[in-house]
Amino acid sequence: MHKIAVVGDKDSVLAFKVLGIDVYTVSGEKEARITVDRLAEEAGIIFITERTARLIPKTIERYDKKFIPAVILIPDNQGTLNIGMERINKNMEKAVGVNILE
Amino acid sequence: MVKRNVHATRMELSRLKKRLEIAERGHKLLKDKQDELMRRFIALIKKNKQLRQKMEKELKDTFQDFLIAASVMPPEMLEGAISFPKEKMSLEIFRKNVMGVVVPAMKVKRKLADDPGSIYPYGFVQTAAELDDAIAKLYRIIPVLLELTEVEKACQLMADEIEKTRRRVNALEYRTIPGLEETIKIIRMKLDENERGTITRLIKVKDIINK
Repeated sequence: MHKIAVVGDKDSVLAFKVLGIDVYTVSGEKEARITVDRLAEEAGIIFITERTARLIPKTIERYDKKFIPAVILIPDNQGTLNIGMERINKNMEKAVGVNILE
Repeated sequence: MVKRNVHATRMELSRLKKRLEIAERGHKLLKDKQDELMRRFIALIKKNKQLRQKMEKELKDTFQDFLIAASVMPPEMLEGAISFPKEKMSLEIFRKNVMGVVVPAMKVKRKLADDPGSIYPYGFVQTAAELDDAIAKLYRIIPVLLELTEVEKACQLMADEIEKTRRRVNALEYRTIPGLEETIKIIRMKLDENERGTITRLIKVKDIINK
């Protein structure tokens, strides 16, 4: 049995708490990195806001090749930064060589 | 992979021929694997993109609803209302095999699945109706988020596998197989040369004997 976790700034992610999803509010790069690394051991999915993910790209990349956890970027209450979409495009370039959906 | 100083023997030749055969068979299989992976990947990444667009749009709406709820309620009241959830969600993860890539399949378990009101852990007297709507909306997004997670993770893992397979296919196609073919050619030529040498020597010997 795995946990579902949400990581991000307080205003954006607090809403998830009501559904019984574990919410971790972080501020700053170091705190975000430590939280994600700690969560990776027990969580199946880590939803992380793009604004937080932007601070720790290396940490997130590290979990891309692993079976679990799945680190999924979500927009926050100020809208999307398009990092999630860019990650899809990068993934496609890695596999296909070019972006074929443009 | 071209080896120029090989022992030009028949044994070496048959060994290399066997290796070449295996390399060619492996190359064909890997190439088929790559094609099929690519076909599935393209279908999956299209879905990934659609799901992400859908999720981003719906989540944005929900955040807006929460903002409205927050504006009609005192902030400490809002926080108090949602800080102590009744519900607990957990995740069951299964392994799914797609062309040799193990991808996760996920299922959400609600602790209080038979209680539809479990996502509203507060009294309705002091909270705004907007909050109920926002929470209901957020709850409806969860399946979308989950599907996105599955698809996106599968895409990441498959992209990795495709890259690996492509490297292997290319290594076989452009290094191993031509190298083996070249080495086999060298051995063949050396063996032929030896044979011609032997024939000439025999003819010469015959000549000397006849004289």
